[in-house]
Amino acid sequence: MSSKHVLLVEDEPHIAEAIRFILTRAGWQVSLEENGARALARIGAERPDAVILDLMLPGRSGLEILSALRGAPGGDVPVLMLSARGQGRDRDAALAAGATAFLAKPFANAAVLEALEAICAGAEARSA
Amino acid sequence: MARSALTGTRIRERRTAIRMKQADLARLSGISPAYLNLIEHNRRRVGEALMIQIAAALGVAPEALSEGAEGMLFEGLREAAASAEIEGGARGASPPEIERIEEFVGRFPGWAGVLAGRQARVGALERVVESYSERMAQDPFLLASLHEVLSAVTSLRSTAAILVETEDIEPEWRARFLRTIQEESLRLSDTAEALVGYLDEIEEAETGLSSPQEQVEAWLTGRRWHLEELERPDPPPAETLIEGVAELASGAARKLALAHIARAAADAALLPLAPFAAALARHGPDPGRLAAEFAAPLGAVFRRLATLPAGIEGAPAAGLVACDGSGTLTFRRPAPGFALPRFGAACPLWPLYEALTRPMQPIRAVVDMAGRLPQRFLTYAFCEPRQPGGFDGPVLMEAMMLILPGPREAPGDARAVGSSCRICPRGACPGRREPSILAES
Repeated sequence: MSSKHVLLVEDEPHIAEAIRFILTRAGWQVSLEENGARALARIGAERPDAVILDLMLPGRSGLEILSALRGAPGGDVPVLMLSARGQGRDRDAALAAGATAFLAKPFANAAVLEALEAICAGAEARSA
Repeated sequence: MARSALTGTRIRERRTAIRMKQADLARLSGISPAYLNLIEHNRRRVGEALMIQIAAALGVAPEALSEGAEGMLFEGLREAAASAEIEGGARGASPPEIERIEEFVGRFPGWAGVLAGRQARVGALERVVESYSERMAQDPFLLASLHEVLSAVTSLRSTAAILVETEDIEPEWRARFLRTIQEESLRLSDTAEALVGYLDEIEEAETGLSSPQEQVEAWLTGRRWHLEELERPDPPPAETLIEGVAELASGAARKLALAHIARAAADAALLPLAPFAAALARHGPDPGRLAAEFAAPLGAVFRRLATLPAGIEGAPAAGLVACDGSGTLTFRRPAPGFALPRFGAACPLWPLYEALTRPMQPIRAVVDMAGRLPQRFLTYAFCEPRQPGGFDGPVLMEAMMLILPGPREAPGDARAVGSSCRICPRGACPGRREPSILAES
């Protein structure tokens, strides 16, 4: 089985590097995008199996990207939303905008991997 | 606590080093060998009393088993592992290899130190972040700083976990992640520094001059609360002391300042500096003894103790508050760590107010002031009636409370007080009159 592809949209380079390291070692193919304004085009072009999306991005907020994505063709890709602003309103806003799952920073490394696997398994179950 | 984990290992190491049997150490320490075995395997905490016994039996100082620089390092790392484990464990993730912690420290002592230090810093910052969450919800600068802190903490945590958990990590990656820890540590420090500076500024802005009383306090703070002109045998006219003083902007403030000067001059005449300092060196800061020696009112002694110049032998770092019969604070010289409310009423549990209800009875009380770092103080309070309007005039009450650094030996019955209800964290306080804006503890 060829490895799955995830697009990581995150402007913090060290966080992105750590996540990429963890996911790559778990067998994922990871591509990085640090600019919110470019994220949507890359999702359309690369058609990743999943997207990890930071909520606070320069250029365009994660919520806007998500809303635009969900309205576009092929926009049903599972999305894991990351936020450094806790559990309350951000979680609700992310889920309302169509996020498949939500993770608050700081997180345990294993939690990212687990959440990613979970949303992909869910997507597979739906399409099967 | 992480502390016990290391302690057990140290006890075992020391015992085997001097070739003492477990059973012998158990007997000498007054515990069962089975219990000692649990301790040595870091599965039971060691209380302070038992620690002293075990240390004595092993012929070492208790500190050698419990603290020390190396111990702090292990504690920090264990704490980092524990916090990673709490969240990871719930998700079924593999825990950090705690049993190989010595190896980690042995191979990278410097970086282990950095990681442990960062863990402590993260903990401290998280607490700060919590206590200011109320403010952060609205303030854009604080929101941005919070985001910075959380981002730095996120990458520190992920990176540190990778370093600890990835056994076969390539040297290039290792070097890269160690550099990340270094960079994010600096970022965390910088953000923390900016935050502290900003919060200090807020505090300053909020204590900005407004009321005449605050203007007088600002002037006296600039004078370190001591007016040395009044110590001369022929003190200059009071007006010359406040000429051209920028802090005393309003006419009302200048009037208050003149009243203060008149009172301070009378106190200085009653309690001349040299003999007062000599008596202080003899008796220590006991207001009752000093008042008796000079046949002076207690209030004068309180004020004198709280406004001494620097460099007097035996003079404590004293604060002083005074209030009238309405409870309004009329004099506020803060003591370091004893938070005085900027405006509005103070804590109803202050001995000051107890004195107000029991005029002429001296009250001595040890209090614990609530705060991020709770501090203990010794207070002397006293209330005296005055009749400035003559025998038939109104009787006015003035209560005063002298605030001295607390005794080092802690009595168990210190009174728990705060500054004022709104900013006091004591949730279950019987004296509370309105909810606090702080998270309750």
